[in-house]
This record gives sequence, C-alpha cells and structure tokens, in this order.
Amino acid sequence: MSSPTLEKHSAALDAAENTASENITVTFRIRRFNPEVSEEATWQDFQLELDPKERVLDGLHKIKWDQDGTLTFRRSCAHGICGSDAMRINGKNRLACKTLIKDINPEKPITVEAIKGLTVLKDLVVDMEPFFQAYRDVMPFLVTKGNEPTRERRQSAEDRERFDDTTKCILCAACTSSCPVFWNDGQYFGPAAIVNAHRFIFDSRDEAGEQRLEILNDKDGVWRCRTTFNCTDACPRGIEVTKAIQEVKRALITRRF
Amino acid sequence: MSLYDVDNPAPVIEAPRKRTGKTPKTTRTNFELYGWLFMRLSGIVLVVLVLGHLLIQLMLDGGVSKIGFAFVAGRWASPFWQAWDLIMLWLAMLHGANGLRTVINDYAQRDNTRFWLKMLLYTATVFTVLLGTLVIFTFDPNIR
Ligand code: HEM
Ligand code: SF4
Ligand code: FES
Repeated sequence: MSSPTLEKHSAALDAAENTASENITVTFRIRRFNPEVSEEATWQDFQLELDPKERVLDGLHKIKWDQDGTLTFRRSCAHGICGSDAMRINGKNRLACKTLIKDINPEKPITVEAIKGLTVLKDLVVDMEPFFQAYRDVMPFLVTKGNEPTRERRQSAEDRERFDDTTKCILCAACTSSCPVFWNDGQYFGPAAIVNAHRFIFDSRDEAGEQRLEILNDKDGVWRCRTTFNCTDACPRGIEVTKAIQEVKRALITRRF
Repeated sequence: MSLYDVDNPAPVIEAPRKRTGKTPKTTRTNFELYGWLFMRLSGIVLVVLVLGHLLIQLMLDGGVSKIGFAFVAGRWASPFWQAWDLIMLWLAMLHGANGLRTVINDYAQRDNTRFWLKMLLYTATVFTVLLGTLVIFTFDPNIR
C-alpha cells in the first residue's frame, strides 16, 4: 500500500525535483493555542526557505529552532514509525515526517493544525488519553489458555496473512481523529481501537476473539461506523481501516447467524 | 494585555463526551447489531414498496390528478393494497426513525439534548405508526 500522496505538482516543482537543491520560500500557517495566554486559538504565518524535497516536519523544526522556540509539537523518530506527529496539514490528517513539501502545493500557505476531536493542550499537542483508553479497552495483547509452549507459537503463512494489514498500525490517531462520528462523540471506540482489536481477533494463536467481538458489539462499538472512509484516507501506513472495521462487523453477523 | 497568564490560565476546551476508564458502560445486548441489519433488510424491501408506490400514485394512469377519495377507497377495498401500505408504513417509519436516532447520536453533543431529541422522535414515530395503522384498518368508504 502506498501512503497518501496528494494535490498536483506545479511546473516550478517539477523543475525543482530534478536539480540537487533549490530552496523555495514557503508559508506555514499554523494554528497556535496557548491556554496560558488566551482562550482563543489563532492562526500565525511563518515564512521560511525549504527544499521542496524536505518534509513538513523539517519546516516545523526550522520554525522552532530559528524563529519561535515556543512552537509546540510532538515528534520522536522523524521517520514514520513512532506515530507521534500526526497533524492536520492542509485539512488532511498526515504525519508531518512523511509529508513532502512538493506534494502539498507550497505555492499557497500550508496550514498546520492539531488533529480534531481530542482536547488541544498547546499548539499541535493534544491529549491522547481518551484515544489510548479506547485502545486499552479492546485488550490489545495476546490471550491464551493452557501451558506456555517451550518454543514459539507456530502459525502458518496463510494464518499470518489474515491480519497482516492491521499489524502495521503505529497508533498515530490520524484515523480516529479524522472520523466525524468520533469528532462529536468521543464515546465511540474509533477506527484505531477497532484496527488493533482486528489484529488479535483474526490471529489464529489468540483465544480472546469472542471477548473482543463482544466489546465491539456494544453501542459505541463497530455499529457506530458510518463507512465514510475518512480513516482509510488518513492512515499514513496505508492500512485499509474501513475494510478492517467491515470485517469485524461481518464476523459479528456470521457469529450470530 | 491579556486576561490570562501563567498563573491564571484560560480553560482548556474539552472535546465533547470524552472517553474515560468508566465510560461507555457495557450493555451486552445485540440491539445495535439488529438495528444495523434491519436498516439494510428494510432498505431492500423499501426499494420495491416505495418505488412501486411512487410509480402507481404519481406516474401511471393519469398521474397525481387521479388521486381522490374514490381512488383511495377503491385501492383499500383490496387486502393486497392494505397489506402493501401497512408494511410500507411500518418499515419506512421504523427505518426512518432508526436512521434519525443514528443522526441524533452522531450530532447531539450534550446528553440532555440527545435525550430530549430522541424522546421527541420516538413520540412522533409511535403516533404516526399507530394513527396510520388505525386508518388503514378502520377506513370507511361510506363516510359522509
Ligand atoms: C428506498 C429504499 C431505501 C434504502 C435501500 C435505504 C437504505 C438505507 C441504509 C442501508 C441505511 C443505513 C446507512 C448507514 O448505516 O450508514 C439508511 C439510513 C437511513 N435511511 Fe434509508 N433506505 C431507503 C429508504 C428510506 C426511507 C423511505 C426513509 C425515510 C422514511 C429513509 C430514511 C433513512 C434515514 C433517516 C437514515 C439515516 C441516515 C444515516 O444513517 O446517515 N430511508 N437507509
Ligand atoms: S490505523 Fe493508521 S491512522 Fe489509525 S492509528 Fe493506526 S497507523 Fe495511525
Ligand atoms: S515523528 Fe515518529 S512518526 Fe513522525
């Protein structure tokens, strides 16, 4: 699966792509929020020089290091693995460390804001606790009965393939915070929790699939999904999130009938 | 000059109905599963009933201008059309009401708003279904 690539290339950018390094001036329009100063969030523009082959995260670093040290955001690995820098870039949820400047039309200001549906603590940092609570609530760990085997728990390649897609999740919250149901009602488990339940429900070695299905059968589980596909579009790992949710729904129906 | 500073921070605006360790409470029923299935099954039946209804009432045989007391009386003399209209009434009302319940769940932010909107919806649904059923069964073509 590919990660989301977006918006059209301009002629200037095509030229820039072919040369070694050709900095361009871009504007970052960042939604700032600091509860110690104001109740209101405000948009602030920053101008900076960037190579179009650099990423939005590089731009944020340049702003923080050279222009305004108070700019607050999370990042750790800077290579799309840790899942800490999901943010809304030009209105779409992406990882700042996986979004190249040339792919998001730098001729217009690039808007950067916190992901939606979670409480903003400062600038681009949100309170992830409700998100992780939903994750914990689906029991995202291997559950087995009986004696522990002396070697590894064996599994055929086909059985492993069954849930391969959902093992890729990095818990960035891009999907859950792109879901319109979650925006208005944080009681909904949200796509990420369902993806991580799916990863164990369809694992032949696990024995708590029934229990997880029961949890997701409840009123704030999979049945609240309206199939808008926002989650699939948002996932930086290219996971087919909506499909995973539908597979859980199907498992619930076939279990019943 | 700002109202707020480090010692006197502005309130952080909480996301609506935040999930906590204690909510949501489990109900352990299959209600949402059956609701979801019902939407799809009733939808399939409604395609036939509603499109057939619109075709007969509005297009065939002189279109909408033919509808009058006599036309309705003639149709409801047959148990077939009585059954058609009764099934359509119940399915469309329950389907529409369950759909609106979803919409209210998705959009109402405060628990109170949510509760009263649903009460209004359920009242209107029960009233319409019962009134419609009563009329279909007690319709008197000789009323004057
Ligand atoms: C003509 C055939 C119809 C079909 C095939 C159909 C199918 C469906 C399905 C499958 C859903 C569920 C969508 C979801 O879960 O996301 C739905 C939702 C809904 N339906 Fe129908 N329906 C039909 C007719 C009607 C009628 C006659 C009404 C009004 C009385 C109605 C009102 C609604 C409402 C209010 C919703 C909720 C909207 C939403 O969930 O976004 N439908 N319909
Ligand atoms: S499914 Fe994708 S978008 Fe959702 S949390 Fe996992 S990696 Fe992020
Ligand atoms: S910084 Fe780790 S995923 Fe982007």
